[in-house]
Amino acid sequence: MMQHLPILQVIVPLLAAPLIALLRGREIAWLATFIVTGVTFVISLLLYHQVSESGARLVYEIGGWAAPLGIVYVIDAASALVLPIVTGIGFVVTLAARHLVTSEIDQRDHPLFFTAWVLTIAGMLGQVTTGDAFNIFVFLEISSLSAYALVAMGAGRDRRALPAAFNYLILGTVGATFYVIGLGLLYMLTGTLNLDDLAVRLADIEQTRAAYMAMAFIALGLFLKMALFPLHFWLVPAYSYAPSAVSALMAATATKVSVYVLVRLMFGVFGIGFVGISDGLGTVLLTLGIIGAFVGTLAAIVETDLKKLFAQSSIAQLGYMAIGIGIMTPAGLAAAFIHLFNHALMKGTLFLAIGVIGAQTGRATMRSIEGAGRQIPMTMTAILFGGLALIGVPLTAGFISKLYLIRALLESDLWILAGLTFVSSALALAYVWKIVEAAWLKPRPEGAPDLHETAIMWLPAWLLVIATIGFGIFASPLINSAVQAAAIFFGGQS
Amino acid sequence: MTSLFAQWNYFLVIILMMLGFYAVIARGNMVKKMVGLNIFQTSVFMLYISMGKVSNGTAPILTGDSSTVYSNPLPHVLILTAIVVGVATTAVGYALIIRIQESFGTIEDDEIIELMDDADAASEGSAS
Repeated sequence: MMQHLPILQVIVPLLAAPLIALLRGREIAWLATFIVTGVTFVISLLLYHQVSESGARLVYEIGGWAAPLGIVYVIDAASALVLPIVTGIGFVVTLAARHLVTSEIDQRDHPLFFTAWVLTIAGMLGQVTTGDAFNIFVFLEISSLSAYALVAMGAGRDRRALPAAFNYLILGTVGATFYVIGLGLLYMLTGTLNLDDLAVRLADIEQTRAAYMAMAFIALGLFLKMALFPLHFWLVPAYSYAPSAVSALMAATATKVSVYVLVRLMFGVFGIGFVGISDGLGTVLLTLGIIGAFVGTLAAIVETDLKKLFAQSSIAQLGYMAIGIGIMTPAGLAAAFIHLFNHALMKGTLFLAIGVIGAQTGRATMRSIEGAGRQIPMTMTAILFGGLALIGVPLTAGFISKLYLIRALLESDLWILAGLTFVSSALALAYVWKIVEAAWLKPRPEGAPDLHETAIMWLPAWLLVIATIGFGIFASPLINSAVQAAAIFFGGQS
Repeated sequence: MTSLFAQWNYFLVIILMMLGFYAVIARGNMVKKMVGLNIFQTSVFMLYISMGKVSNGTAPILTGDSSTVYSNPLPHVLILTAIVVGVATTAVGYALIIRIQESFGTIEDDEIIELMDDADAASEGSAS
């Protein structure tokens, strides 16, 4: 049983999806989804435990066919770190989905909604576990196709979800196709698709223009998928018009998985020694990352719709991850991993809490939360903590991210970038303050609908708030895991 | 010139790729965007199929004769998967277009953006 965990991680949600589609009845589809996400969460924790305990990498040969002929699933320090993020967020958001989905999605569509829900999680887990480059594409498309459908389901409340989903589909498919073009060039050069085998053979061949093109195509495709500035235009409408539960799931996990795949291919396959990586990719990521951080933050400051506001802030946060990767040092990559983990917690909190408001007012805007701090204190406090973590206030997980990111920048003598990172983080204070002012300092306007909350509504968001504070105070296990994960991409492997 | 003709299939791939990509970006009509996307994807299928072809190779069927030259089946199999993915994407895309037509009454990008901006203004006005 234990040795089959890597495959079970993917196959359990993948097989559960069609079964959930067959279920009928009020709560049963949700309950089945809840159990499935719970099981995947436990599996990912067991895998994390196994890998961190032994320090070894688990290789699972599907059907007993050894690499490079067969497809293998590989769990190493990096994938063992990302898996619990996806499954953990999936589990908590599913808990919240019970009331969010009931209020937003037509009863008849629940089984299909949860089918797509489980499929998108299965696709993300597949991208993280697989050791085969083409397999990544297949899982990428599984998770994306179900994500397009999930976003479009927001149309029940707001028809603008439909064009948002369509544009997401177009750009997502272009991104995935770019990835496949790059992969084709790599296959022509090396004759293999296994990630480890690719790394070994690429080190032997001459670094030709074809290899650079392959790298550029793959990187560009994944930039689109991770919504790196200036390829982020699909993200804001897709996240803000999707059903609240979907916004929370995707904002917290989808782009993070693409960041992981980028790291896996750029460092794990091409390697730091590849000229295109050390000279080209680093500069590109640092430049786009810092511009994205400012553009996203400034756009968030002027935004009045809460979902759009935090979607814009996601652009900024992804910029920080890009900077972390772009530093091209183990410390920088570790900072990127730490931020990837923490940002998933913060954005999960924020979108879940906004969902509580959105379920009652239609759209959560600055005007609809005026005076809400007294009516729904738990929900608004969750938003406050999420916001504080985004700024990087000490004792929250966001502080640890920013601390390690700026420290990694200073170690590499990137003083200006460190300063700019600090300034853009501080600017986040502006939009968080805007929310505080509206929610606590303004009275509830006359005639505004009364907001209410129950424990079942705010509990999921608070689970993530507790995790945010927990990882902010007791950060060392996370930091150790992130450092280990970064180390395998800098010669720690094999 | 000979090398140009020897690799004519790759030139065809690049031409198709750019045509499709141009249609995706430049066209405002959503159906035309989908058609462009399909052309774009098909060009990638052709790229993979071209790379699997071995000169004078036959279909990859084991005959027991070790001197038989056959084409590399792996890229072809990969593209079978990619075609399935492409079909699924097309289906989802057109399903979305139908829903957009039903609720907006148009599938032109710029008209929809106008309608969306109006809705934005309306929701801000009545949000209190």
